[in-house]
Amino acid sequence: MTSKDRILARIRRAVPQPPPGPDAPVAPQIPRDYLRVHGARTPRERVDLLAANLTEYRALVHRTDEDGLPLLLARLLAERGSRTVLVPPGLPPYWLSAADQTRVHDREASTPQELDRVDSVVTGCALAVAETGTVVLDGAPDQGRRRITLIPDHHVCVIRVPDQVVDSVPQALEGLDPARTLTWISGPSATSDIELDRVEGVHGPRTLEVVLVGAQ
Amino acid sequence: MTGGTYLGMPAFPVAAREAVRDGVLRANLRRATHTIRDRRARAVAELADWDRLRAAGAAVKDHTLRHLDRYLLQLEEAVNAAGGTVHWAVDADEANRIVTEIVRATGEREVVKVKSMATQEIGLNEALEAAGIAAYETDLAELIVQLGHDRPSHILVPAIHRNRAEIRDIFRAEMGRWGRPAPDPLGDDPRELAEAARLHLREKFLHAKVAVSGANFMVAETGTMVVFESEGNGRMCLTLPETLISVVGIEKVVPTFRDLEIFLQTLPRSSTAERMNPYTTMWTGLGPSRGADGDGPSAFHLVLLDNGRTDTLADETGRQALRCIRCSACLNVCPVYERAGGHAYGSVYPGPIGAVLSPQLRGTDSDIDASLPFASTLCGACYEVCPVAIDIPEILVHLRERVAQGGPATRDGIRVRIRPAHGHAAERAAMRAARLLLDRPGALRAGERLLARARRLAPRRLPGPGRAWTDTRELPPVPAESFRDWWTRERGTGR
Ligand code: SF4
Repeated sequence: MTSKDRILARIRRAVPQPPPGPDAPVAPQIPRDYLRVHGARTPRERVDLLAANLTEYRALVHRTDEDGLPLLLARLLAERGSRTVLVPPGLPPYWLSAADQTRVHDREASTPQELDRVDSVVTGCALAVAETGTVVLDGAPDQGRRRITLIPDHHVCVIRVPDQVVDSVPQALEGLDPARTLTWISGPSATSDIELDRVEGVHGPRTLEVVLVGAQ
Repeated sequence: MTGGTYLGMPAFPVAAREAVRDGVLRANLRRATHTIRDRRARAVAELADWDRLRAAGAAVKDHTLRHLDRYLLQLEEAVNAAGGTVHWAVDADEANRIVTEIVRATGEREVVKVKSMATQEIGLNEALEAAGIAAYETDLAELIVQLGHDRPSHILVPAIHRNRAEIRDIFRAEMGRWGRPAPDPLGDDPRELAEAARLHLREKFLHAKVAVSGANFMVAETGTMVVFESEGNGRMCLTLPETLISVVGIEKVVPTFRDLEIFLQTLPRSSTAERMNPYTTMWTGLGPSRGADGDGPSAFHLVLLDNGRTDTLADETGRQALRCIRCSACLNVCPVYERAGGHAYGSVYPGPIGAVLSPQLRGTDSDIDASLPFASTLCGACYEVCPVAIDIPEILVHLRERVAQGGPATRDGIRVRIRPAHGHAAERAAMRAARLLLDRPGALRAGERLLARARRLAPRRLPGPGRAWTDTRELPPVPAESFRDWWTRERGTGR
């Protein structure tokens, strides 16, 4: 008897099953009367809430429109003093058209040590959740591999508003594909392990800047 | 405490130092638990539908447990289809063997670890060490515990019993022995300490070839694994190494991806009192490219762990403990935990959840496990805050009855009768009386009232970890006898 068989047999003894057989339907009886959304919001209110919640968790939030994006990104990188910036393969080229930092392209062969020497990374995102102040990355070409948003100490994430912003967690899950690897980010890396004092930045990027792009 | 001559007792100065340290411990704990509990209450109050989320979370877990065999098989299939490999471990030894073999096969002698209750439960680090493999904890608190040769005392904040000065001393003394030493000079500002941990661990992350994790949830329909964290050490471990091994209790499975919408709302608020924790990673096998794009590991192993869970599942009253999502809210509101501290529970699962989980996972043969169900005043605060509505007091009463009077239980998959424990005569009487109440129609599950009465029936001095609670109350002086018992159990006789 394999361990798998043993565990399954123990489970079946522990919880007597309804009519046996692999085809017997499993009827979930989960009361889903909880709210899909906590409050009705206009698109503008939704974006404002996202900005407020991101800010509360110490992300730096900036707003601009399509035309202003290249200059804003150039300014953020310059103010940070970055000399190199990681670029995901599918980042719209005009985003960084005004920035003079050296572009570092993520290649499959890039080692973590190489990435560790890069100052900043600029990405898009899959969507953002207003109620929790969360950005979700799903590895699409404008975001790249997970490691590029993890190793550099400065992450600039661009969100198209209001299109990419949903109200709530349930709505976010509806819009995501579980086959892709998903990273939910709510503010910069943090710890409260020392006397429960919150400290921003342990291992992930210590500075998270979020740029909300859209008609302002 | 006059001579220090009792069996196994340390000499007075040692005991006194220990007692002082315990004073620090209690002060640290009190401050921490009160801070976190107030914040949590605010985070929960933000959601008008909290009660409904709580009910839905409990229902999802109950439903899954009822059909656990089917969901585990579905999960296995999905993980396999996504390029992962699934292993099944009946107990701790088997799980440790499986992980050790996988690491050996890679030829590596080091692994990085992201905090996981399951791997602590099975003693994986010790098993790996015995096989010549070094396991580095990367969660800041776990690092503090590991470098301090210490044990965790809280589920969420394992080093909650250490203050900043102690942590600085540990970092200064120990970091250099395991890798990059702490910066010199090193102050005790949390920011500086976190920076020291960042530098020390970064080196490990960038070179690590094998990582070991747990998971907060596993989704049966998709094979998706979910890890919640704050620091980014989880992302490092889940992303950079070539081989990823996740050791996960079988009760962590949920049926659908959609079910996560409940726990993504209840876990962070209940645990760290945040709307959302800084980082959550969800991965399915080797990802869309099956590991070909170098985004994440090229080998993924999932070790499904039983280790007493199916025995717990066989108990109709006790099985609800398997709903637990390890948020630690019950610890932070517990008056016994606040005074006794996490170590007194003699298990990686401290506090109210530990008091009901450990005796079920491990059985009640040992003194510590037999006494755990009594480590409570049955005040019911743990049930109130539990995001999956586990009626911990109900299980405590049930387990007390089993310890005191004996009764049926399942051990290693076999139905057995537990014999009444020695030395529990008082509890036996108390339980008989409580049983009368439990059986009385109308009084059944009358919540507070019933529990209040059961509490009055409980012995005045709580045995086990609860003893520390009664010991810290002002009036009665600490009898030497009970301290000796406590000391013997806690420290063994070796010192
Ligand atoms: S028993 Fe409930 S409150 Fe306690 S850790 Fe588990 S889920 Fe949280």
